Amino acid sequence: MQTVIHSPGERRLADIQRRAPVIGAALRWLRRYGEWALLVLTAAGMMLTIWASFVYAPTELVEGPIQRIFYAHVPLAWNSYVAFFFTLAGSALYLWRRDERWDSFARVNAEIGLVFTTLTLMSGSFWGRGFQGAWWWWDARLTTSLLMWFIYAGYLALRSYTGRTAQGARAAAVVGILGFIVTPINYLSVQWWNTLHPQPILELGAQAKLPGSMVAALMISLVSFTLLYALLLIEAYKLERTQALVARLRAEAELLEAEPE
Amino acid sequence: MNATPSRGARLAWEQLWAIVWKDLRAELRTRQAWMSMGLFALLTLVVFNFAFDLRVQDQRAVGPGALWVSFLFASVLGLARNITMEQDRGPMDRLMALPVDRSVVYLAKVIGNVLVISAVEMVALPVFAALYNLPVLTLPIIPITLLGTIGVAAIGAQYAALAANTRARELLTPLLIFPLITPVVIGAVRATEALFSPVYGDAPWLGLLAAFDVIVLSISAVTFQFVVEE
Repeated sequence: MQTVIHSPGERRLADIQRRAPVIGAALRWLRRYGEWALLVLTAAGMMLTIWASFVYAPTELVEGPIQRIFYAHVPLAWNSYVAFFFTLAGSALYLWRRDERWDSFARVNAEIGLVFTTLTLMSGSFWGRGFQGAWWWWDARLTTSLLMWFIYAGYLALRSYTGRTAQGARAAAVVGILGFIVTPINYLSVQWWNTLHPQPILELGAQAKLPGSMVAALMISLVSFTLLYALLLIEAYKLERTQALVARLRAEAELLEAEPE
Repeated sequence: MNATPSRGARLAWEQLWAIVWKDLRAELRTRQAWMSMGLFALLTLVVFNFAFDLRVQDQRAVGPGALWVSFLFASVLGLARNITMEQDRGPMDRLMALPVDRSVVYLAKVIGNVLVISAVEMVALPVFAALYNLPVLTLPIIPITLLGTIGVAAIGAQYAALAANTRARELLTPLLIFPLITPVVIGAVRATEALFSPVYGDAPWLGLLAAFDVIVLSISAVTFQFVVEE
């Protein structure tokens, strides 16, 4: 059957399929069902995470069951770092290439990162209440996490005040770049200062400080939460692009209406 | 125009000080900004005294924080006013019409802000030392105050210009500035504290302040052009 070629992406895909039929077919399948596959994978991963963190992983001797928060807390924090890094990258690429899509990418990453940071702060607070007896304490890790939260909340406040203008997008991109300064400070804070927040459990190249089953549970959770992040990113990005399109069409329609005969 | 790199650098240097001098003269002529900033800084110090009901033993703990919060509030107040003035009278547009590199304009704004805030601090510091009975008037207070002020001015100049084009600039400016300035305030407060109650094995706060200032200044100098672009 002859397919109607209408978009550059479609044309590229057809080109690939002509040269490498298997890869082309795989790409076409991903294009059509990729999101559903990701959704199914994420749902399955989350089920597995619940099982791994509540049933499979052993109860910690000193902290008791409250330690199981760790299996959600660490992946959330990790993914908020990833999201804020992509806000930085998207902002820089937008200023360089002036492609609106990079701006949308930076924006949705800030939104997701803010949600993940909120959940990180909340889960950390529950753990602190259960184990240390206080909802909050002002050590370097917690303070800089809160600062990150305020910086990206400010970023989104700026976006809502400026609306969808090129000037607003540039201003937000600068905030997205400057605001990232706190993120590496946050990451390194547990090593630089004596914090009540525990030291990192897993370090690249170092011996894990946990029994294998706990590491496995954390890894399952890390993968699942990263899948969740990817799913949220794709959906939020598509929504953001649609909203931008609607705003542009509406502006064009208003312009046409305002025009005299 | 720029025949050699050194000539270009000299030109930039001259432009820098020309803009700084222009801003300072405008500031000196109106006299409103730094007078009200200074008054506000002193007022904050006094309010802190009542808010915390300061006794002698508390002054050491609360003092440096009160000092830097008063500096910070006064600076943000001055920055917001400065930008409002530029928006209303339009010197920023004329500045942008000049063939001057945007990073030079940014650095000139930072230097102007540092000078004005420093003038306020020179009045507020002795008053603070007297009101709080703390021995802060020593030589090391100069680099601490200078580095802290540069940090505040560097972030402030960038974000005030950035929020100036939005509808709610009075609200947005502090909302954007405060979280990013907090590391500067923490560093400056700790370094000031160490003047009269040193902590063994404390972090090298002055070095951290300097590093933070350099990072913010260089990123902002590069990105300022996107903020003021029409």
